[in-house]
Amino acid sequence: MRIQFKTSYDHDMRLFPDAWTACVYGALMVVMVLLPVLLDEFFLGEITNVLIWAIGGLGLMLLTGQSGQASLGHAAFLAMGCYSNTILIEQGLPFVIAFPLAGVLTGLFGMVIAIPAIRLHGIYLAMATIAVSVLADDVIVLLEPWTGGVSGKFPEPIVIFGFEIERWSQPGRFYYLVLAVTVISTLFYRNLLRAPMGRAFAAVRDSEVSATALGVHIPRTKAIAFGLSCMITGWAGALMGYHAGTFNNETFSLVISITLLMMIVIGGLGSIHGAFLGAAVVAFLPQALSMTTDLFGGSGVAIPGLETGVFGLILILFILFEPTGIYGRWLKIRTWFELFPFARKAMFRRQKSYLKTERLR
Amino acid sequence: MDQLQLLVSGLANGCVYGLIALGFVLIYKATEAVNFAQGDFMMLGAFVALGLTNAEYMALPFWLAAPLSILVMAVLGYLLDLLVLRRLFGQSQIAVVILTIALGFVIRFVAGAIWGHEPQTLQSPLSQGDISLGGVVLSVVDLAVIVVTVLLTITLYQFFQRTRLGLAMQAASQNQMAAYVMGIPVKRVQGLIWGISGATAAVAGILFASKGAMDPNAGLLGIKAFAAAVIGGFGSLPGALVGGLIVGVIEPFAARYLAAGYSQIAPYALLLAVLVFRPHGLISQTRMKKV
Repeated sequence: MRIQFKTSYDHDMRLFPDAWTACVYGALMVVMVLLPVLLDEFFLGEITNVLIWAIGGLGLMLLTGQSGQASLGHAAFLAMGCYSNTILIEQGLPFVIAFPLAGVLTGLFGMVIAIPAIRLHGIYLAMATIAVSVLADDVIVLLEPWTGGVSGKFPEPIVIFGFEIERWSQPGRFYYLVLAVTVISTLFYRNLLRAPMGRAFAAVRDSEVSATALGVHIPRTKAIAFGLSCMITGWAGALMGYHAGTFNNETFSLVISITLLMMIVIGGLGSIHGAFLGAAVVAFLPQALSMTTDLFGGSGVAIPGLETGVFGLILILFILFEPTGIYGRWLKIRTWFELFPFARKAMFRRQKSYLKTERLR
Repeated sequence: MDQLQLLVSGLANGCVYGLIALGFVLIYKATEAVNFAQGDFMMLGAFVALGLTNAEYMALPFWLAAPLSILVMAVLGYLLDLLVLRRLFGQSQIAVVILTIALGFVIRFVAGAIWGHEPQTLQSPLSQGDISLGGVVLSVVDLAVIVVTVLLTITLYQFFQRTRLGLAMQAASQNQMAAYVMGIPVKRVQGLIWGISGATAAVAGILFASKGAMDPNAGLLGIKAFAAAVIGGFGSLPGALVGGLIVGVIEPFAARYLAAGYSQIAPYALLLAVLVFRPHGLISQTRMKKV
């Protein structure tokens, strides 16, 4: 049983609550850095995929988990990041400028989208973002001179100060690039949560009325949340483009948007760990399914819809039996051990509320 | 004359969207939840009817199979609420949204596993014959779609405005706790509305399958119907019909008069415009929340 003895208010704001946690994450970091030595190319590619999804998940988590706005259209922002990065590089900008700029552009674009969207609540916001996601597909086709339309685009190899990174021939280097972006985004997210802006996000999520009373400017906070979320998502999109090697208007479909949202729910809404755990599920599910069908004498022919069907079923089970996701379950298990034998079931009981409509007719 | 023909076919299509949108609105009106699987419900209803009617499956007569499939879907809707959604009682709306999206995936997979992924048509007596009215050609099925949709909308509207059960449903969504205090069995009422919306989805499915081929991905039409419901004003039954008709009419006109590539954008662009300028739809049901 670990005891945190707090001696100052700053203690609550530390990056790591105690030395033990810092050691755990340090060890994790060492393992991640050593992975290219430990794993073969196939699994390294898979881990890279997990990390890219996790960055995208972090982006959406900032919006949905942190400031409480559900977006079903984040694939549009993945696409925006991917295309703007590729186009900027084609215009002759070096990767070190083009890549961050692509994220910033996506963030600004997201903010512009958000200005009308922040007037919308819950379901209307979800609908508006679905519309954005559906429109993105058609807009990419319409902007063919820049985007390559249906035939798509191939991102050029990344060059950082003369150091070339090619996704297929040097998976190790690409992995380190993705890992660096992951660490930067995670630290950004974590630090945001410790800053006044992050607290404002949480206040808006939990009660807009109370947040207003405490002096939080709701529309501005929501727009900033949207913008920051889209920025991180844009980076994930750019990396996704490199990882796939080719992309066109159908790469970033509505299904990707939905998968992203479901991913963070499975992982655990409102936690950084949730984005990573959910990403692992999404990235490894196809492999696990094909292994299982092989096990039961499958003929190797893909069953259409099986993947999304099983994914849907897993999600339903999670929402029904573990709404806090994988990370929530882990927290429960950890608390049980930490407090042994004093853990009680009621410690994690979720508050239920009676519904009230905003409709008056 | 050309425009009139476009208008009529657009209206018939719009009625199908309106029918699916009705299902969305019904559930939203009574439970404050949004059923993203409504389009897949429609698809499932169509396949149940198809499985009962078509010669290669059970070969029942259409006029027996149609009510039967409506009944099956109503029971299915009720059971779905009883077994799955009731467990989410008291949790956030977003949880229900995500649950129903996942449900849609599962329904699509199951329908594909049972009936295959090839497009199939319902062998329905409605799908033959055209009626010519002053130069405008209208197929029987289009006429049936329009008549059934209008009748169903009026019936459901009257049901919500006039009957005890309809009022109880509205009360249950407007203020759950007050509804409990007044003795309304909120959970059972919610189950019933899921049943009704399942039946509506079956009607939409039967009509849609009579119009053209069905495959398990037809449920994605639900997104367009959802757009229709939002344009009309979520929570309003006539609004759902109006929204459906607007989307249905815009589509053929956009396809005719706009450049290729722009036409399929039209419904969604309209949706965004409506959301920007009238965030709660054309027939708005919301006012600012006062503290």
